[in-house]
Amino acid sequence: MALEITQYLLAAQSPDAKIRNEAETTLGQFREQNLPGFLLSLSVELSSDGKPTESRRLAGIVLKNSLDAKEAATKGNLVQQWVAIDISFKSQIKNSLLKTLGSSVREASHTAAQVVAKIASIEVPKKEWPEVVGLLLSNMTQPDTPVLLKQATLEALGYICEEISDEDLVQEEVNAVLTAVIQGMNVSEQNSDVRLAATRALYNALDFARTNFGNEMERNYIMKVICDAALANEIEIRKAAFECLVSIASTYYEILEPYMQKIFELTSNAVKADEEAVALQALEFWSSICDEELDIQDNELPESGNSNPPHSQFIQKALSTLVPMLLETLLKQDEDQDQEDGIWNLAMAGGTCLGLVAKVVGDLVVPLVMPFVEANISMSDWRSREAATFAFGSILDGPSIEKLSPLVNAGLDFMLNAMKDQNSHVKDTTAWTLSRIFELMHLPASGLSVVTPANFQKILVVLLEGLKDAPHVAEKVCGAIYFLALGYEDAGPTSSLMTPFLTDIFSTLIATAERTDSSDSKLRSSAYEALNQVVRCSNLPETSQIIYRLLPAIMSKLEQTINLQIVSSDDREKQGDLQASLCGVLQVIIQKLSSADDTKPVILQAADQIMVLFLNVFACRSSTVHEEAMLAIGALAYATGPDFEKYMQEFNKVLEMGLQNFEEYQVCAISVGVVGDICRALDGKILPYCDGIMAHLLKDLSSSELDRSVKPPIFSCFGDIALAIGEHFEKYVTYAVPMMQGASELCARIDTNDEDMVDYGNQLRRSIFEAYSGILQGFKNGKAELMLPHAPHLLQFIELVAKDQQRDESVTKAAVAVLGDLADALGSNLKVMIKDSAFCTELLGECLVSGDDQLKETAMWTQGMIGRAFSVCG
Amino acid sequence: MAPPDPRRPFKRPAFSDQQKRRDISLQRQAQNRRDAQHQARCLALTTMTLQNDSASASEPEYELREPDFEIEPEAAVKARDFDVREAASLRGREARRWFAKQLMLPEWMIDVPDRLSSDWYACARPAGKRCFVVSSNGVTVSRLRNGGLLHRFPSALPNGSRTNNSNRSGQSYCILDCIFHEADQTYYVIDMVCWAGMSMYECTTEFRFFWLNSKLAESGACTDPSPQHKYAFRTLVVYNSDQEGLKAAYAGPVSYLKDGLLFYNKHAHYESGNTPLVLVWKDENCSQYVLDTDSKGQIPDQQQVVLELLDDGRLATLDDPPVIFGCLNSDFIQKMGSQTGDLLRFSINEGALYFKDGQLERADLNYLGKPNRARAFADSYSKVMFQYAARHSPLRIEHLLASIESSNHQEITTDADMLG
Repeated sequence: MALEITQYLLAAQSPDAKIRNEAETTLGQFREQNLPGFLLSLSVELSSDGKPTESRRLAGIVLKNSLDAKEAATKGNLVQQWVAIDISFKSQIKNSLLKTLGSSVREASHTAAQVVAKIASIEVPKKEWPEVVGLLLSNMTQPDTPVLLKQATLEALGYICEEISDEDLVQEEVNAVLTAVIQGMNVSEQNSDVRLAATRALYNALDFARTNFGNEMERNYIMKVICDAALANEIEIRKAAFECLVSIASTYYEILEPYMQKIFELTSNAVKADEEAVALQALEFWSSICDEELDIQDNELPESGNSNPPHSQFIQKALSTLVPMLLETLLKQDEDQDQEDGIWNLAMAGGTCLGLVAKVVGDLVVPLVMPFVEANISMSDWRSREAATFAFGSILDGPSIEKLSPLVNAGLDFMLNAMKDQNSHVKDTTAWTLSRIFELMHLPASGLSVVTPANFQKILVVLLEGLKDAPHVAEKVCGAIYFLALGYEDAGPTSSLMTPFLTDIFSTLIATAERTDSSDSKLRSSAYEALNQVVRCSNLPETSQIIYRLLPAIMSKLEQTINLQIVSSDDREKQGDLQASLCGVLQVIIQKLSSADDTKPVILQAADQIMVLFLNVFACRSSTVHEEAMLAIGALAYATGPDFEKYMQEFNKVLEMGLQNFEEYQVCAISVGVVGDICRALDGKILPYCDGIMAHLLKDLSSSELDRSVKPPIFSCFGDIALAIGEHFEKYVTYAVPMMQGASELCARIDTNDEDMVDYGNQLRRSIFEAYSGILQGFKNGKAELMLPHAPHLLQFIELVAKDQQRDESVTKAAVAVLGDLADALGSNLKVMIKDSAFCTELLGECLVSGDDQLKETAMWTQGMIGRAFSVCG
Repeated sequence: MAPPDPRRPFKRPAFSDQQKRRDISLQRQAQNRRDAQHQARCLALTTMTLQNDSASASEPEYELREPDFEIEPEAAVKARDFDVREAASLRGREARRWFAKQLMLPEWMIDVPDRLSSDWYACARPAGKRCFVVSSNGVTVSRLRNGGLLHRFPSALPNGSRTNNSNRSGQSYCILDCIFHEADQTYYVIDMVCWAGMSMYECTTEFRFFWLNSKLAESGACTDPSPQHKYAFRTLVVYNSDQEGLKAAYAGPVSYLKDGLLFYNKHAHYESGNTPLVLVWKDENCSQYVLDTDSKGQIPDQQQVVLELLDDGRLATLDDPPVIFGCLNSDFIQKMGSQTGDLLRFSINEGALYFKDGQLERADLNYLGKPNRARAFADSYSKVMFQYAARHSPLRIEHLLASIESSNHQEITTDADMLG
C-alpha cells in the first residue's frame, strides 16, 4: 500500500537543516524497511495532480535515483533491488507512471517519461515488460490522444530507444516506434509541441534506428523529415533538427554523401541568417565532420583492411565555400567574451571549426585564409584585427612547416608588436597565437625554429611585459612561455638561450602568480605551470645557482599557506589549490636538482625542511594537495635514498591514508607509486612498515569500489616490496600469489574487441609478471623453493601470453624477463616443468630477432639463465 | 538524454602540467623498477662457482715456477665454492696462480671444423699480450697469461676507478679477456668473462659477444684515454665465418697489427684452459709470427716444443688428457736435475713425427734445455701440429674458403634431395 509521504518530501526541501535532516531520516527508514512500498508511494505522489509540484518533483527524482546511478556497481545493486520486488508492486508502480504521462503538469509527465524508460531498460531486455512499447504506441495512434500525453509519450519512446538496443525488440516494433516518431516530426503534424517532442525523440533514437538507416528508402525518408524540420518555423524545432544532423555526422558519416549538398545549404543559411542557437549547431555539424575525417585519417594505416569507413573528403570538397563562411563568423565576437567563462558564440565556434578544417586539409587551407588575414589585420576596427589574428592562429596546426614557416617568420614581429594593441581582445588572441607558434613552429631539437638567438631577447621582453597585462591576456602569455620553454626540452645546449633571462622569468612568473586582480585561480596555476616548464628545460650547469635560490623562495610560500586563516570551505579550497601548485613546483625543482651529482646535495641539505613542510601540508587535509605533495615526496625519496628512513615513522601514517583513498583513485595510485619509490630508496629498511602497507594493498586489490586502473600498479608494487625485503616477503606469499593467479586468470577472459579492456589487460599482465619477477629475485638466495609450487601456474600464464597475438611489446619484455627469473631462481628444478615447452623457444626466438635492443638483451639473458638451469646436474 | 553541449576547448592549449608531473613520476618509477630488477638479475650470478679446483688436484699443474715458491695450504685457494668476487680481490701470488688458470686457451686449427660457416665466428686477432683485465674496488688490474701483473690503472669499466661511482660498488666488478696492443696502447677485448658482477661463464659465445658489444660501449670504456681512464678498450669486429666474413676478417683493414684469425664456436661457453671450440689460425699474410721463434727472436731451423715432465718420465703436452711425445729415463732426469712438473724444451728432428691411424705414435726429440722462466705452460698438441704443418704442408686460407664453399654445396644438395 502506498503511504502518504507528501509532508516528508516537502520537509526534505526545507531551508531549516534540522527539519530537513529529520525528514531525510524518516524517508531513509521507510526505504530501508519497505522498498516496494516506498517506491509505490513515490510513484503515487508523482502521479497525483492534486499534490504540490515540489513534492512531486522530489518524488520523481528519488524514484529515478532508485533505478539508476552513474557508478556501475551501485547501478547493479539498484537493478537487483528492483528485480527482486514483488510483481504486483511493480505493475502498480508502472501503471501509475504510465498514467502520469498524461498529466497536465509537464514537469511530472516529463519525469514519468524518464522513469518509464529506466524501468524499460531493466525489463525489456529480459522480456519482462513486453507490452510497454505497444501501450505507448497506442497513445500515438489513437486519434483523440491529448497533446500533452503525445508529447510525454514521444519523450518516453525516445528515452527507451536510447536506453535499450534495437535487438531487444522485434524489427516490427522498432519500425513501429520509428514510424510514430517520424510521423510526429512531419510537417503534417499540426501541433508544434508534438513536433518538437518527436524531433528530440528521434535524436535519442538515432542509434536505435541502425537497421532503418541501412535501408536506402527509409533513410531517404528520415533525412528528408529532418531537413524539413530544420526549416520549421519554431526555433526550438530547427535547433533540435540540427542536433539530429550533428549526431548523424558522427554516427552515420558513411551514408551522408547524397545528402551533403542539401545539408550544406541548410547549414550555411543557418550560420548566415538564423538565430545563434541554431547557427551554433549548424557549425557543430561541420566540426563533427572534421572530427570524423580526422579520426579516419589518424587510423589510416597503409596496409590496414577495410575496417575503417571510407574517407569521403567532405571538408576538402566543400572547402572553397566552407572557409569563407567560417571566416565571416570570426567577425561576430562578443564584447566581453575573453573575460567570462561560459560564453560560446558564433566567432568561437567558427574559429574552432576553422582550426579543425586546417587539421583535416593541411596546406590547402592556407591560400583561402591568408587574404582574409592580410586584409583585416591592420584595420582600425578591433573586430577585424582580432578576427584576422584568430584566423591566423587557427590554421597553424595542420599545414606543413614548409608552407607555414615563411608566413610565421614574416608575421612574428607583427605579432610581437600587436601585444601592445590598445584592445585587450586583440592582445588575448595575439598571445594565444604566439603560444601556438611556439607550440608548433619552435622545435630547436630538430633544428627548426622561428626563435633565434637574434630575436630571443625581443620575444622574452614582450612576453614578460605581457604578464603584467589583464589577467586573461597574462594567462595566455603563460601558455606562450610554457611552449617557448618546452621547445628546449631534449634540445641540448640550445636551452642556454634562456639562461641570461632566467632570474627575470622566475621573478615575473612568481609575481604573476601572486596577482590579486584575477577572479579565479587560473592565472596562478598557469603561471606556476609555465614556471615548472622553464625549470625543467633550463640548462642545469649554467643555472643551478638560480634554481638554488628558487627552492627556498617556493618553500617559504608553501609555508605561508599552512598558516592561512581558513574560515569557509571556499578558503579551504583556495588553500588547497595554492598548495597543489607550490608542491608541483617543488617536485619539479627536486627532480631537476637531484638529476645531477653536483646539484643533488642542495636537495639533501634541504630534505628535512622540505619533508616537514609536506607533512604540514598533509595535515591541512585537502585531497588535491595530498596528491601533489605525494608526488613530490616520491621525488624526494628517490633523491634521498636510504636517508628517507628517518621520515618513515611520520610519513607512514599519511602513506597508509593515501593507500586507502578509494574515492580519489589518483591519490591512491600515486601513493602506490610512492611505495615503489620508497622500496628502492630504503631497500630492506622498509621491512617494519610492510605489514601495514601490504594489508592496504591487498585490501585495495579486493575492492570493487577502487578504480581498476590502480590495480596493475599494485601488482608491480608487490614486486618492488619483494625485491626490497627479499626473503621476508615469505609471509605475504599466501595472500599475494593467489591474487596474482586470480588476476592472471582474469586476463584470459578479457573481451578482445574492447580496445580499452585490451589495453587494461596488457597493463595487468605486465604488472603480474613484475610482481613475480620481484618475488623470484627476492627469494633467489634462500627461499626460492617457496615459489616451486607456484611455478607451473606462472609457466602456464607465460605460455598463454606468449601465444597471444595481440600481446603488447612491454608485456613481451616482462614475460621474457620473468621466464629468466624463474630459471635463475629455481635452477635445475625448472627442468622437469619446462621440458617440452616449445613456446619458450619460440618466444625467445621471436625476441632475439627483435629490433628492440632492450628486449633482445633481456631475451639473451633469459636464454643464458635457461641454459644454465639445464646445464647444471641434479 | 539532452544533446551534448557543442562547446569545445577554446583558446586553451591542450596540456595539463599536473598530468605531465604524474607521467614523469611514472616514467621515473618504471625506469627505476627496471634498473632494480636488472641489478637483481645481474647480481644473481656473482655467487656462482667457478670451475672446481679440487677436482683437478690429480692433474698436472702448470703454475709459474719461482725460486721462492712455497706450497700453499690447498684449502686456501682450492675452496670448493670459489667465488669470482673473492678472486677479483686476490693479491700477489694467489692471484697469479688463480688467473693463470682462468683464461680460455684456443687450440690451433689443424683441420677445418664442420659447419664453419654456420656455427662459427671469425675475427682478426690483434698482436700483443694476452691478458685478463679485472676491474673491482675502484681499480683496474691486467694480468698476463702466466698470472703476472701487466698494468694497474683507473678505467671507465664498472668499478674500474674511484671516480665512477656505481651505486653498489662492492658487488660490481668485471673480468675481460683481452689482448694488449702496444702500438696504440689499447686493450682489445676478445671475450667477456664477467660484467658488472654478472658471470658469463655459462653463457654462449653469441650472448657474450652481444653483451660485450652493448655493455662496453655503454660504460664509456671505449672512449679515448683520460686521467680517470688510462687505456682505451676496443672490441673486435666479429664476422660470421662464411665466405664474405672470412675474407673480411682475413684481408679487411683493422686499426691494429694482425696476428692470425680467431674462430669462436657460437654455442660454446667460456671455459678455462684449452678448448677446441675456439681456434686460432695464421698464415704469413695475416701474421708476422706464423712460425715460433726462439728466445733470441729467431726462427730456429728445427721446430721446437715445450713439454712437461710427468712423474714417470713421460713428456706431455698441455692437453687434457695429455698427448705423450716420449719418455725420459730416470738417469737422464737425475742428470739434468729436473723434477716432475718441469717444463723442458726440445727440438724436433726434421720429419721426425710418426703417426699411426691419425695418432701421434712417436717423435724424435732433442733436448735443448729449460724454457724461459716466464713460461707457464707446455705446448698444446694442436700447437705442435699446427707448427709442424706450417713447416711442411700448411692449412691455407684457400682451404678454409673451399671448405665453406663445399659445405654450402652440400647443404644445397641435401635440400634438393629432400625435395626430390
